[in-house]
Amino acid sequence: MSEAKRKFWAFAIVAILVLISGATYAYHEYYLYLSVYLWFGFIYGMCLQYGRFCFSSAFRDLFAVGVPRMAVGIMIAIAFFALVGAFVSATGLSTFHSAPSGLHAVIAGFIFGVGMCFAGGCASGSMYKTGEGNMNAALVVVSISVTQAIFVDIGGWANALVPASWAKSASEKGLPASINVADGWVDQYLAGYVWDQPVLSFATMLGWSDQSVMGAFLGNFLLGVVLPGAALLVVVYFFWSRRTFMKKRLAAASARPRLADELAGYWAMVVASKRTAIAGLALGIAAGLHMYASQGLRVKYGVRNAGPLLERMGFDFGLSVNGTVFDPGYWYVTTQEAQWVGWVFHKLGWNQMDNIFFGFNNGIPNPLINPADWMSIALFGGAAVMALLHNEFKFKKPTLETAIWAIIGGALMGIGSRLGLGCNVGAFFVRVSQGDPSGWVFGIGMVGGAYLGVKFFNWWTERRMARQFTATMT
Amino acid sequence: MKFEKMSEGHYLLDVKGYVCPHPQLYTKKALERLKPGEMLELQFDNPSSGESIATMCDNTGDEILDRKQEAGLFVWHVRKT
Repeated sequence: MSEAKRKFWAFAIVAILVLISGATYAYHEYYLYLSVYLWFGFIYGMCLQYGRFCFSSAFRDLFAVGVPRMAVGIMIAIAFFALVGAFVSATGLSTFHSAPSGLHAVIAGFIFGVGMCFAGGCASGSMYKTGEGNMNAALVVVSISVTQAIFVDIGGWANALVPASWAKSASEKGLPASINVADGWVDQYLAGYVWDQPVLSFATMLGWSDQSVMGAFLGNFLLGVVLPGAALLVVVYFFWSRRTFMKKRLAAASARPRLADELAGYWAMVVASKRTAIAGLALGIAAGLHMYASQGLRVKYGVRNAGPLLERMGFDFGLSVNGTVFDPGYWYVTTQEAQWVGWVFHKLGWNQMDNIFFGFNNGIPNPLINPADWMSIALFGGAAVMALLHNEFKFKKPTLETAIWAIIGGALMGIGSRLGLGCNVGAFFVRVSQGDPSGWVFGIGMVGGAYLGVKFFNWWTERRMARQFTATMT
Repeated sequence: MKFEKMSEGHYLLDVKGYVCPHPQLYTKKALERLKPGEMLELQFDNPSSGESIATMCDNTGDEILDRKQEAGLFVWHVRKT
């Protein structure tokens, strides 16, 4: 594609998004709420593509090829999101709520971690790669979406796998009859187990509220993010970065590194990949501002969720039994992907509103007016614009081998997301940044899953390379 | 994936179409099999793999001689040290 053509398509994408924002706002003021999602989604897409920002590679590349750049980039993004988030929390405008913490988050993270290794990218990474023209990544997105929509509505034979204690606890939650909580494995897992787990934050564990200055800055930001994040990077430095740095820095092999050398090595690791570090910084700040903008509009329109706004505009199909739709007010990935497929399934006659995930919590509004969907669509667009401007856009068809990995990986990520109430963004990045310990718990599982995934692909690629090497040398 | 000998001491690794972690893993395994001084021509089209491969070479000391990029295709030459 010529440079002129690439520039044309990049500007065309921006023009289409501007047109959507402008025309819908002219039609009804409430579309401004959806446009906030749209433009932050666009920024996320640009940042992700610019920094090659994939959570999968943070863990996988450490174990596979000893490269720490993405682990560092993610910690930078988390730190800046946490800092902006602390300001937003302290002003009482945070849209964030902690999730229940428990063993389930480790298991969910583990399944998700294996899945992202197989898929070749995490949930958000697969989205930005789709924007680069990678149809393999698009297949991952489809697999995540379809798996989630099926998984959250599995009942029948799967009910026999539900522990009696979950079934009993779920039945005592007083859920509406339309949800039919006794039929559905995920329903009984959520209402009978997950909802019974403690909901924590570092601030509340220390006796402060999340909205207090002490709670937001000292509890959730410093103790919940900065100290554990810096400690983790020390571990990464000593295991994956220090040896190479010292080999170059210390002329004499026998020289002993001093503290100044160690600090210089640590800093060199942090700034080793400027693209990743810059993307992490921009992502973190944007994610924090996104919460601020969403909550500001909620206050302006007198709502706590986009459901009533859609209803006021005449869209009442697909609202949950509580009159709400999925509207986190911050960066999220997998739930809206599930909603696309849930909406299609429902239109084809498979009732998707009788489960907790769609019917009670998130709804299945038409994808054209689904707020979080605007974010996802614009994320594809932002990544495509960045790839086009850097001559990195390339339409790539999957092969049979890569398609199989994509479908398996996407399915595992879909299941992991629903068990963990989010993906690498919703269950890890956002929660860790906002001082929710369940984010770290999910992250521990992801690391374990990534390690297993790397072990498998080490074996797989070694086998294939050995065969090719023998063939070419004989 | 295609790995072949192009001439004496000059090998080709073609991992076009693969996403992470395949390009960086195959590159690592190919370089491990080369002798010092031999050259690997690496072809890939997954941009994020480039960041990891560059850092990996920096760590091992293998030298990236040149990097060409056109329409999403990356062609790098790496000398094993």
